[in-house]
Amino acid sequence: MPTNINGNTGIDKVQDGTVVSADIATLDASKLTGSIAAARIANNTIDSAHIASGAVDDAHLATGITASKLTGALPAISAASLTNVPKDVTVGGRKNMVINGAMQVAQRGTSSTSGGYATVDRFFTYIESCEQLAVTQTQSTDNPNGFGSSYKLDVTTAETATEANDQYEIVTRLEGQDLQHLQHNSSGAKSVTLSFWVRSSKTGTYCVALYKRDTTRNITSTYAISSANTWEKKTVTFAGDTSGAIDNDANRSLDISWKLLIGSNFTGTASTTWGSTTDARSANGHTATWGSSTSDDFYLTGVQLELGSTATDFEHRSYGEELVLCQRYYQILVDGGADKAVGTGFYWSSNEVDMHHRFDGEMRAAPTLDHVVGTDYYRMSSSADSFNGFSGIQYTTTRSCNMYISAYVSGTAGYTSDIRSRNADSFIAFTAEL
Amino acid sequence: MAKQYQYVNKESEVVCIKVEEGNKVSFVPIDTANTHYAKILKQVADGDITIAEAD
Repeated sequence: MPTNINGNTGIDKVQDGTVVSADIATLDASKLTGSIAAARIANNTIDSAHIASGAVDDAHLATGITASKLTGALPAISAASLTNVPKDVTVGGRKNMVINGAMQVAQRGTSSTSGGYATVDRFFTYIESCEQLAVTQTQSTDNPNGFGSSYKLDVTTAETATEANDQYEIVTRLEGQDLQHLQHNSSGAKSVTLSFWVRSSKTGTYCVALYKRDTTRNITSTYAISSANTWEKKTVTFAGDTSGAIDNDANRSLDISWKLLIGSNFTGTASTTWGSTTDARSANGHTATWGSSTSDDFYLTGVQLELGSTATDFEHRSYGEELVLCQRYYQILVDGGADKAVGTGFYWSSNEVDMHHRFDGEMRAAPTLDHVVGTDYYRMSSSADSFNGFSGIQYTTTRSCNMYISAYVSGTAGYTSDIRSRNADSFIAFTAEL
Repeated sequence: MAKQYQYVNKESEVVCIKVEEGNKVSFVPIDTANTHYAKILKQVADGDITIAEAD
């Protein structure tokens, strides 16, 4: 190949591959315009100092950032920048609207053949018709992992032929003032999700329902118990109701009910959207034949009602917390035995003893006093003035009442004494259930 | 055993309703927020029960 010399200015062309590096002058930027082929850049030689700040855009990042690149303290991220977070999920504070959902508290006792409120607090059985059905309810220690108790119903006498108006269910009720955040009767009405653990010897399709007492509206859903005698977690989401306001007061506003034995009167009309309650909308879709055999039982625990359309982990509360919540509706003053303190009484007159009693926390409403009476079941201990039971209550509020005895007693006006129980069956409680 | 209902007076005023069923005695305050009282009112209205006058 010939070499061309271009006058006095230098060499114009050099044979390919003949200029050694020692003969190349330092290259300035003007000699490096245009693109540099990737092949001309050695691997792993560009460090961060040679990348302009902010110059790496999304298109030049590999898809996905692995966890190994996200160790250490992460920068604060504004909630407004987060996406795909489930809407309305409560991420802090109390989320479970149900009290005693883990069935920890059973102030009335652990086993009963009675219906209604009889064992675990805040949950009761409701029965309508059902001429034969007899059930024992229990606070059971049979429970899924993570729970210590469950509410058990065990059929002891079967309902041999379910009639159209038969109805048997588990119910818990909530106050309206605790449900205002659901925003019912507005365009912003919120969905709620009910989750619970169940176990039953009787497989089938069961109905679970919400009922708003203030406006008599309801909605139902179904769930399947697919495996007998096996704990299963069920989740049901109910849409918000854009009609039917929930009263902002301390009264019964929302019932959650688990249908167990249901006659045909209660299943005929679809009710998977909110609507005015009718018998036929009460338990639509329920086909399980629970209660038709003495082999039937039903366990329930881990009940949680929370805002949103996602069931999150159960909110475990301490026994003490649940007990205080339950005592808003029911509390026991004396539960059997001799020499249990009842309170301090004084002779208002020679034949009347008054005892002012302050409840353990404010109750939902002025409560009913329930007690068991019998010969000398109670006594003014200092004067040994025994009495069978109280004569009445007065000045009753949500905070306190005056319990008085105007029979059996005789003493000196102004004389004061402690009052004690005197019998294994002595019992005094206050009830303000919904 | 059927429940027996009776008003309880004190100082010439009705202070509660006594509900007696065997050895179980309850005193229901005169307060419509109390569900027992509300139920008693309904049962009376429906003609299912009567409440005896106070002694």
